[in-house]
Parts: sequence; structure tokens; C-alpha cells
Amino acid sequence: MSIEARFHLARGDFTLDVSLAIPARGISAIFGPSGCGKTTLLRAIAGLEQCDNGLLKIGEMNWQTAHHFVPTHQRPLGYVFQEPSLFAHLDVQGNLEYGVKRVPATERKVSISKAIELLGIGHLLQRRSDQLSGGERQRVAIARALAVSPRILLLDEPLAALDQARKQEIMPYLESLHEELEIPVIYVSHSPDEVARLADHLVLMDAGKITASGEIRDMLTRLDLPLAHDSEAGALIEAVVAGHDDDYDLTYLDFPGGRFTVTRKSLPIGHAARLRVAARDVSLTLAHQVDTSILNIFPATIDAITDEQSAQVTVRLLAGGTPVLSRITRKSATLLDLKPGKRVHVQAKSVALLS
Amino acid sequence: MFTNPDLTALLLTLKLAGVTTLILLLLGTPLAWWLARSRWRFKFLLEAIVALPLVLPPTVLGFYLLIALGPNGPIGGLMAALGGSPLAFSFSGLVIGSVIYSMPFVVQPLQDAFRAIGRRPLEVAATLRASPLDRFFSVAMPLARSGFLTAAVLGFAHTLGEFGVVLMIGGNIPGETQVVSIAIYDHVEGMEYAQAHWLSGGLLLLSFLMLIMVYAINRRFRLVKP
Repeated sequence: MSIEARFHLARGDFTLDVSLAIPARGISAIFGPSGCGKTTLLRAIAGLEQCDNGLLKIGEMNWQTAHHFVPTHQRPLGYVFQEPSLFAHLDVQGNLEYGVKRVPATERKVSISKAIELLGIGHLLQRRSDQLSGGERQRVAIARALAVSPRILLLDEPLAALDQARKQEIMPYLESLHEELEIPVIYVSHSPDEVARLADHLVLMDAGKITASGEIRDMLTRLDLPLAHDSEAGALIEAVVAGHDDDYDLTYLDFPGGRFTVTRKSLPIGHAARLRVAARDVSLTLAHQVDTSILNIFPATIDAITDEQSAQVTVRLLAGGTPVLSRITRKSATLLDLKPGKRVHVQAKSVALLS
Repeated sequence: MFTNPDLTALLLTLKLAGVTTLILLLLGTPLAWWLARSRWRFKFLLEAIVALPLVLPPTVLGFYLLIALGPNGPIGGLMAALGGSPLAFSFSGLVIGSVIYSMPFVVQPLQDAFRAIGRRPLEVAATLRASPLDRFFSVAMPLARSGFLTAAVLGFAHTLGEFGVVLMIGGNIPGETQVVSIAIYDHVEGMEYAQAHWLSGGLLLLSFLMLIMVYAINRRFRLVKP
């Protein structure tokens, strides 16, 4: 099952020219700078932008072919706009019911109460949109989109219009969508942090074109793509909670390359967790250090090295097949004689647990 | 106080304004919706035609209507050929004239209200499974309600004050085409100032009350908006 799209549309001096194939499950992030056409692509998928000779297949549903265009209101999708767009003439309950009323009873799979519970908006139902904070409005907008039992959820930078505190308020709800929903989600973003937290699949866009598309772990660590060279670059590691240490208040997380030790998290054993290891927090040693305070040390093989603009290099390593990035000085790389194929040890100074 | 003929003129005026407003809302809503959303490059021509009664002397409009609606005019002739009665000097003729005369007062507030909604709420409704017609009734109309109120009151009040057009195509037939503004003119001509006062004062009061209502309600709407 996959999502296939091909669009060519010109708007003034901007041209969107994309051909896309992404898996029809999990969260696919469309990532790129402002004005690169992310939103236009999402609107074309929703049918809000029309183009001739476009093609769009969501699994077995043909939404656009050479001679057929399914209008937006006949597409079973959920759409959340960048700025919270609640109907001003309806209260929260009315907003939630607006879409549900228009979905045939046989196609209703998500109940309003389920959507209300998922987004935690039960106490807001009687309020009007001008009595809600920006974060609350966006939560209602997400619940409203979910309540129509969509077969695909399209999110257009749902956090972009919110301040940092509001983003932190909504992020857990988006992460829970990831776990609770079986439908594919396409998430437009220009925030590397949001992408690292949420996405399974990543599509990179620039100037109306798709520059790369692939699984998030690979995309973040591919040295031929810009993400690995960002100052915030880092690797994502899918790990499983292996146990807790009551004496030292620690949690152990296993991944194919070894075991991470992090401060204690109240997660059940066997729970899947996503870890982020920033490239600048990873140092390399030739021998396995024993007299060090760093706990997270793994053997790894150097895969590739590229120069950064300054005095630094980025090293891509594989630890048990899992890619990890390290940002070190060019001097260190020379002194340690680092080159592809060499066996080294990776030391991660800090690890962020994302979910 | 009001004399019987004055009362007849007053009721006729209210009836004319009511019927005209109703027809204008029915015709003007789709027209204003189209004007607010269309990207047709010659749209401005239609907008200029709608606005024409704002600047045209009512007698000019009345003169052309008289010719068109008369038994030898295109519309009047058609009516006669179909076996209908001629439209000039009839209530129906007055309604046609009033609809054209008050058109901008209904279409422009509606057009502004529809334009102010923007595309976004309608796009949201589309993603929530609402068909184009459904979107119009469930989103555009409720969001443009203050525009509808303004349009209805302005259309009604403007028709109340009509004089030139009525004089040209309606004449002065009591119970059929004699409206208040004409009756006032008659009273002044006949030096019956007391009766002219009653009718003029009544019209002034009515118009003022309606405008107060529009501004008061629009103010409340503005406060509720986000």
C-alpha cells in the first residue's frame, strides 16, 4: 500500500513539479524551507489546488487521474490548516459535529468522544473559538479532522502559528496519534525537531521539487543531504525498554548496536522508544574507554566522512547496522587516522528520549 | 393625523419596500456571491452596472424604464404579446423599477460580507465533506449574517424614499402606485403642510429606527468576532 502523487502546477512565478511515492502508513513528513511548495503539495493532495494531468492514488483510492478529479468534499481525508481555522459561528461542539454529520453512518469509525478524548478537549465543548487559546483551537481543529474518520490525515504545519509553550502542549497529542491511528499521516513542517519526533518517512523539498525521499533514520544521517550537515544534526535510534535500575534510578534501552542508559523514565519494559543522539554530543575513541563517566559507549564502523565548512567533519557510523552521526574536529579525525571501514568506539554524551 | 388616502399610500410604500427587498435578497445573494468570488477579468463591468443607480438621477432611470416597460417597449411589448397587462403605471412596474434602483444597496453589503469571509472557512468546510451548496448555506450565510441584515435594511429603507423612479413609471394612482414620497409632494403642492408633516415625520422616524438597528447589531457582531 502506498501513496503515489504526480503534480505539475504553476502559480505566478512558482512552479510545483513533483512525483512522489510514500508508504500509506505511519507519519510522512514533508520538510523544506518556507516557500518551497510544501503547503501547495499538501493542498494538491487534498484537492484544494487543481492541476491538469495530475495523478493521485491513496492506497486503492484513485483521487485524481488523467480524466477524473474527485472534489475535496468527496475525499475521505482530514485536514488541519496552519492557522487554527475554527468556524466562528459555531461553538467547539458544533465545530466537531460539522464534519461528522456529513459522513455516512456506515463510514464512521472514530467517534466524536474518541476524538475529544485523544485531544483532551472535553472541558471546552461549549466555548466559542474566540474564547480559546491558540493551542486549544488547534487541538479542536485536529479533533475535528479526526472525527470525520479520515482515511488519511493531512497536517499543514499545525504548530507553526504557536509559541514554544503551546507547541509543547500539543506535541504529546500528535505523538499519541502516531501510536493510536492506523491511517497514514502527511505532516508538513519546516522544524527539524518536529520531524525527528514524529516522522517515520521523510520527503525533502526545495524550490517546488522533491530532492529526496526515504525512511527517516536514513534521511537524517545521509551525508549527501543537508540534514546531516545542520548544526542540530543527529541520528534517530529506535530502541526498546529493557529494564530499570532502582538503585541508580536509570532506564536501559536496547538497540541492535548495544544498550543505552538514560535517567529513569516510567515506561513499561518492552515499550518502543525513539532516541535522538545529536552529532555534536558524540565523540569517537579508538580503544574502548573504561575510565570515563560516559555510560553510552558502543562499538561502530565508520561508514563515511565529510568535511564541514569550518574546522569540523561529520562522521557517519554504523553501530549494529544503526546509523549514528558524530561531529568532531578535522584535527581529531586526522590524529586518529579515521577513514571508512575503521572500527572505533562511539561515546554519546547525552541522549534525548523523544517518545 | 393620517387621512385614509395617506394610510393607503403608507401601506403601499411598505408593501413595495417589502416585496422589493425580498426579491433583491433572492436575486442579489447569488449575484453578490459570484461577484465576491469570481476571477473573471471583466467582472468590473458588472460591478459598475450594479452601482449605476447610486449616481444616476432617478428620473433618467425612470425614463428608460418607462420606455422599456411601456406597451411599445421591449419588455412591455413582450408582456402585451403574452396577453399580460402593461407594466408601466402598475404596482408590478414599480417593483421592477425599485429592484433596479435599490440593487446596489443590497448587492454591495452582501458582496463585502462574502469577501470578508475569505476562502479559508469554505476550504475547511470542503475538507469536512460539505458540498459547494452545503458550504454556502452552512458556512457562508451564517458568517455573512451581518451583511444580510445591512443589505435588507438598506434595501428596504432606500425603497421607502424612492421618488423620481416612481414618478416616471408609476404616476400617481392612489392604491396602485401612489407611495408616501409622492403623497408628500402632493400635500406640499396643495399647501396641506400638516399632513405633509405627519407623513414626512413618520418616514424620517422609520428610516432612523432601521438604521439604528443596523448599526447597533453590526457593532455587536463585530464584538463577537474573534
